[in-house]
Amino acid sequence: MTTLEKIGVGRRATVVEIVGGAGVRNHLNTLGIHMGDTIRVVERAPFRGPVLVEIHGTRVALGRGVARKVTVREDAGSQDAATPRPRREGR
Amino acid sequence: MEGMRIVLAGQPNSGKSTIFNAVAGYRAGTANFPGSSVSYTLSRAIVLGREVNIVDLPGIYSLTSTDAAEREALTYLLENDPDVIINVVDATRLGRSLELTLQLMDLGKPMVVALNMLDEARRKGIDIDEKALAAALGIPVVPTIGRRGQGLKALFREAMRAGLSHRAPSPASYDNEVERAVGEIERALEPQWKDEPVPARFFAIKAAEGDPEVIHRLAAQVPGIGAIVDRAAAELEKAHGWTADQVVSGSRHTVAHEIEDRVAVFHRGSVGWREMADRVLLHPVTGGPLMALILFSFFYAVFGLGKYVENPLVALFDGLGVWIASVLPPATLAGTVARGVVMGVSGGVAIVLPYLIPFLFGLAILEDTGYLPRMAYILDNLMHRMGLHGKSVVPLMLGYGCSVPAVMSTRILESPRDRRITTALTVLIPCSARTTIIYAVVGAYMGAGWAFFVYILNLVVVGALGTLLSGRMKGRAPGLILEIPDLRLPAAKTLLAKTWLSLREFIVIAWPLLIASSAVLGVLEWAHGASAVNAALSPLTVALLGLPSVVGVTLIFGVLRKELTVLMLIQAIGTTNIAASLSPAQMMTFTVFVVFYIPCVATIAVMLREVGWKDTAWISAMTIVMATVLGVVVRFAFAVL
Repeated sequence: MTTLEKIGVGRRATVVEIVGGAGVRNHLNTLGIHMGDTIRVVERAPFRGPVLVEIHGTRVALGRGVARKVTVREDAGSQDAATPRPRREGR
Repeated sequence: MEGMRIVLAGQPNSGKSTIFNAVAGYRAGTANFPGSSVSYTLSRAIVLGREVNIVDLPGIYSLTSTDAAEREALTYLLENDPDVIINVVDATRLGRSLELTLQLMDLGKPMVVALNMLDEARRKGIDIDEKALAAALGIPVVPTIGRRGQGLKALFREAMRAGLSHRAPSPASYDNEVERAVGEIERALEPQWKDEPVPARFFAIKAAEGDPEVIHRLAAQVPGIGAIVDRAAAELEKAHGWTADQVVSGSRHTVAHEIEDRVAVFHRGSVGWREMADRVLLHPVTGGPLMALILFSFFYAVFGLGKYVENPLVALFDGLGVWIASVLPPATLAGTVARGVVMGVSGGVAIVLPYLIPFLFGLAILEDTGYLPRMAYILDNLMHRMGLHGKSVVPLMLGYGCSVPAVMSTRILESPRDRRITTALTVLIPCSARTTIIYAVVGAYMGAGWAFFVYILNLVVVGALGTLLSGRMKGRAPGLILEIPDLRLPAAKTLLAKTWLSLREFIVIAWPLLIASSAVLGVLEWAHGASAVNAALSPLTVALLGLPSVVGVTLIFGVLRKELTVLMLIQAIGTTNIAASLSPAQMMTFTVFVVFYIPCVATIAVMLREVGWKDTAWISAMTIVMATVLGVVVRFAFAVL
């Protein structure tokens, strides 16, 4: 179990829980991010910038603070075959 | 007979405003970013030979009262009893869009779904069986491609038919526990629910979701409802182990996606230029430099085009001015008024339009391609250093166009603190009126480099002020949550319509004001009234800023419209060749002062509405102090150089 903040580019993860206030949760829910959904990390901005994720065909930018509130389980072997990308920013 | 009232409702970027504009003429601003319509637009239109009222609601993800745009849409729907709702659904995001559709169906109004952006869905490899969708929802579904006007006739025909039938859709049912909880609340409401336009079920669901405004509203209407809602929510939480709001919205999510699975087939879409472009535009290494390059070329393109047109026009009008002076001597009243009118006309044609037109067109391109939210993504961490987050970039960028819509767009920010800070910063951004001053004074006579310097100075001040303000105000927002829409090739027709919409503002409102003010200034000078104003302001203009005392009046007129300052300046010094009367140091001081000092009347009015008089007062006062300090600094910096 980890958070969305830690998922590498091109990898998929399943949402386990959205921690934090009802405000953030509602906002993510209305953008189509719910528990059990699969999210793909498309890009990560440098210098602790936001994470760009794809969910149900929509792209959403999430600040690192928000991404940290989304608990996820990384899907095994989720490296996207169509867009092979080395994992950046190992921290 | 009063025409039928048709409401367009849909999620942000689903193409509502495009459909609205296709029917009502270009009135609603479109842009490729979420939340571009912050309030609703109403229009009368002739549809299929009948007069109807069409309302374009702001884009909403759901019907809750937590977000400003959503609250506005919800209030409109609850209080205005529309005859029919057209729910515009983005076919490329069917599952998520249906979550709103399901909520709209609970309102108990006749409804039609416009399955929009079918061309983009096809490109992405999504096939939707619209007959199956209509059957699953129990309401008519009309396929449309709003951008090309396809299917709109059929859509409105279907909407009128639905409106005349008065047949409301039957609400979707959620999972058993949710239905039980909603049923309990609904039964408690029912005895009080006579002749209400919206069914009790809608409020029961919202209450179960814990919507504070709905619960508050119900509590006033039905005593004791609070306890019943709490009990129902507690039961839901016990059954699922999650909070009630997540259970209800999760259940809706499931229903929506089950429908999507039944009616849509996904093939592998093609990786088009959009995907490729995004990989470069949002890449950690290339994204930032590309953004700088895009903005820099934008700046130079506007400057280059404007200057190319300005010079011959200025020469032409200067000639005209000399001719007028020879026919009507400037010492007479007729002569001074004629000169004022010519100056007003020439200022508009020769100085404002050459820069305004390419500028507005360029801004329209940035908006319609969807580059603005990408800037929010790239600049998020920089904005974090200022204690804000990426979304504040959108109002700031719009501020380069006009402060009025920019201040309104601060509504996309979630926290009141962020809105206040961003509003204060947005009014400092040089709007297109101030841009023409920068270009026409500093750019034209001192070179593009110095004009660029004004922008950089402005950004440094904005950055410093942002850091200062956010350090003093508590309540940081959790962070950036922003949909990044697909890149779009903007249609030339839309770009032109959009440029024209802003330009018309200038031609219809600002220009007559310019000409009239110019004539008034002429009369003032003739009657030696201007010198009194100039004398009163001379401690600021002459002593502090080192400017000629004639600029005093121009600063007063500038509060009406910022363009007036430069046109009045021309009028006051009597030539369009500003360099003949002002030294470079004075031009720079004047421009910097005008860029920062007090927002124009229209901006003050919108600020009063958006942030209240207290914030408006301190922001305005702050801008005057800042403009004076910066003006003095520039003056002495030039003296040292």
